[in-house]
Amino acid sequence: MGSTNSTLSKIPNVEELMQETGFTPAHIVRLYDRFEALDKEKTGHLRPQDFGAINRLAMNPIGDRIIGAFFSPGQETVDFHSFVRILAHFRPADKKRPKDPSMPEPVNSRTSKLKYPPLVFSLISVAFQLYDQDKDGKISRAELLQVLRSMLEMQVTEEQLESIADRTIQEADLDKDDAISFEEFRKSLEKVNIDHKMSIRFLR
Amino acid sequence: MVVELNHSLTSVIPESALLILIGWILGGIIYGADKMQTFTLTPTVFFFYLLPQVILDAGYFMPNKLFFSNMGAILVYAVIGTCWNAATVGLGLWGCWLGGAMGDIDIGLLQFLLFGSLIAAVDPVAVIAVFEEVHVNEVLFIMVFGESLLNDGVTVVLFNVFDAFVSLGGAEIDAVEIIKGIISFFVVAFGGSLVGIIFALLISLLTRCTKNIQIIEPGFIFILGYLSYLTAEMLSLSAILSIVFCGICCQKYINANMDERSVTTVRYVMKVFANGSETIIFVFLGISAIDPAVWVWNTGFILLTLLFIFVFRFIGVFLLTWILNKYRLVPLEFIDQVVMSYGGLRGAVAYGLVAMLDENKFKEKNLMVSTTLIVVYFTVMLQGITMKPLVTWLKVKRAAVTELTLAEKIQNRTFDHMLVAIEDISGQIGHNYMRDKWHNFEERWLCWFLMKPSARKSRDYIFNIFHQLNLKDAMSYVKEGERRGSLAFVRNETKADVDFNKKFRASFSEIMPDIMADNMGPDHVPLSSILQDIVPSVCLVMHEQDLTMRESEDFNAHHLLQQHLYRGRKQHRHRYSRSHLETNRDENEVQEIFQRTMRSRLESFKSAKMGVAPAKKIQTKHQKKDKPQKMPNGNSSDKSKNHPYGDKGTCSLLFTSLLHYMKWLNACFELIITLESAVDFVVRL
Repeated sequence: MGSTNSTLSKIPNVEELMQETGFTPAHIVRLYDRFEALDKEKTGHLRPQDFGAINRLAMNPIGDRIIGAFFSPGQETVDFHSFVRILAHFRPADKKRPKDPSMPEPVNSRTSKLKYPPLVFSLISVAFQLYDQDKDGKISRAELLQVLRSMLEMQVTEEQLESIADRTIQEADLDKDDAISFEEFRKSLEKVNIDHKMSIRFLR
Repeated sequence: MVVELNHSLTSVIPESALLILIGWILGGIIYGADKMQTFTLTPTVFFFYLLPQVILDAGYFMPNKLFFSNMGAILVYAVIGTCWNAATVGLGLWGCWLGGAMGDIDIGLLQFLLFGSLIAAVDPVAVIAVFEEVHVNEVLFIMVFGESLLNDGVTVVLFNVFDAFVSLGGAEIDAVEIIKGIISFFVVAFGGSLVGIIFALLISLLTRCTKNIQIIEPGFIFILGYLSYLTAEMLSLSAILSIVFCGICCQKYINANMDERSVTTVRYVMKVFANGSETIIFVFLGISAIDPAVWVWNTGFILLTLLFIFVFRFIGVFLLTWILNKYRLVPLEFIDQVVMSYGGLRGAVAYGLVAMLDENKFKEKNLMVSTTLIVVYFTVMLQGITMKPLVTWLKVKRAAVTELTLAEKIQNRTFDHMLVAIEDISGQIGHNYMRDKWHNFEERWLCWFLMKPSARKSRDYIFNIFHQLNLKDAMSYVKEGERRGSLAFVRNETKADVDFNKKFRASFSEIMPDIMADNMGPDHVPLSSILQDIVPSVCLVMHEQDLTMRESEDFNAHHLLQQHLYRGRKQHRHRYSRSHLETNRDENEVQEIFQRTMRSRLESFKSAKMGVAPAKKIQTKHQKKDKPQKMPNGNSSDKSKNHPYGDKGTCSLLFTSLLHYMKWLNACFELIITLESAVDFVVRL
């Protein structure tokens, strides 16, 4: 593991990162390699175009939105730390780790996936962000329409789209303000087994 | 053929079972006429004339990506699973014989083991036949199917080894022989695969050079495929593995090299051969039964065999899955395992092997033949018929828990897409490093070697997409011009920007039928039968969707979602079907998504660019008038000067070149239109 150590030493604040996200050194190295591969100009930051170079993402209907999720509002670039932090949300919840009450709760536990406020970067928050592009804390009908449009095939006509959007809002909207707030969003996802879906197994 | 007419019958009873029934009837007729069975399924006919086509078909249509990404699990099941089955069945039977359950038969441990090995193998023909009716998720399917194909390596070795042992006699066996046996496994398996790969290379090379004799190209595929089978058989290697790998490895290259019509020919002929062979195999399996000469009944033997193969298969699968799930990305669920165990059908291969036994060495050959036949009938018919109800029952049990709301459905899909995207971003897909290496190697060397130059060029995916985008835009551009009148078009520079987005959507909604209308009423069925392979994510589904809900807006919305949500990359279905050739819907979907993404990126890029330098437009147009179409493979020398981002990423290059190309196209069309109007004018004079 000599190469791991040498790579690790290149990354600043690596200990803190590992603690916070729960990645093992091997994971961090792997992600660092990936980061460097994406960052073709070696600036230490990723920009939207770098993500755009991943061909497969272009084949994903919400690929561009997900790229956007990596960039906090106002930020033009992503550094390695933010990169890893966001990816940490998708690690499988590590059941085997002993509960150490003194440690800050790792980023990807079930509660953090569901908890509000948005300052705590939670998984549902990530999903919510995908919809809510103008960051007003609500998914308006127009935003929902946009997402639906991108996820449905071209064959679907505008009226059909709108009817789906209407019904969806009807189902989820509890306070009848014709928009889905974060709470309503969260409630509507109670039945979905998020843990199972969202966790990607990272290479050992 | 006849059964296709009566689809409702085949949805209950699998085609193979019906064919066996027909075989029985025919056999009865023949026997009644001749008082002896003149037609039986002889091993020679089976192994040399009937089986190769089926396997070649399986290999050629194999979904490679799926196959290789699950290769580890498939190998585990095929090798270890088959060995386990063989050993347990053989030993179990031997134990029971020692215990006296079978009465007095002239048989020994080795013969039991041999019998175990030939009855242990899951049969590809039977698996396809049954799984065709039952739609299971692709991972499950590829597991069972891949296992059935690859276990031939093991079966052949075990069979030959035990055959040799029986010839030697029990006393001669020592460690050396056993080690020789193990080594022979590796030799046979890898040797067979190697032969297959060599022939695949040969075929690919051949198709590379056959530009002038396209009409007989398909013939070569079949001949060489069959040759690979024969060669392996000749060298005492695993012939099935050989032909499977031949099909798997060559499909990509011959599809790229050959003319479209040849490709279509190959596909259809393969299906014809495979279907035909399968039909004949099953009919003969039926006919062979009606022959009192071979029937020996031994209750203990037969019943115990049935019991053991069933039980030990379950145990084997569950055990192996439990081990495998520790290493797998997506664990195999309980239901999948049940289906896998239940789907371990034995078929004609077992019968062929047992018929090959030498009667002098195996005094109880007829008993084994009878048992094998009964086992085959049991698995194919009983398990085949009950497979579907079992699946329904299990699935109903699972699905009864949740009926998702619209929001949940959308979310589910969103999450799936998110998952795929994050995987792509973080570059994690299984053994990524190796796969990248292999991919690079393959791109650089193999494609250069095995594919025609013209085929190679058109393989560049992005270029293809852009090319199509260009063409589409150009077409709509011209149409727009025609609509407005060509002169107006030429005059008005600013109006030349067609609203592509609107055009795109408008043309599509015109063409596609209004699905809302079709949803009303009982003739909804045609729609769902056309869109057959709409299946929700990882679960077991039925062939016909059971529509009990009447028209309501709610239902329509759900249905729309069900049918039209883009399926994530992970869920792309690879249906292997004997009688249906799939048009690759998934590829269209991926292309569509890709085009839309590129288009939207282009729009935003264009708007950014327009904002930066609108005045430059006219200049660039004239400059680029005679620039040839760019190959956006990174060697475009045109690094745009007024690039807002200023970097040299390939994507931005593509965008710029696309833009310039379109401007060039614009100029060309203007030229053409001017010429055309000039000609018009002249003609009118």
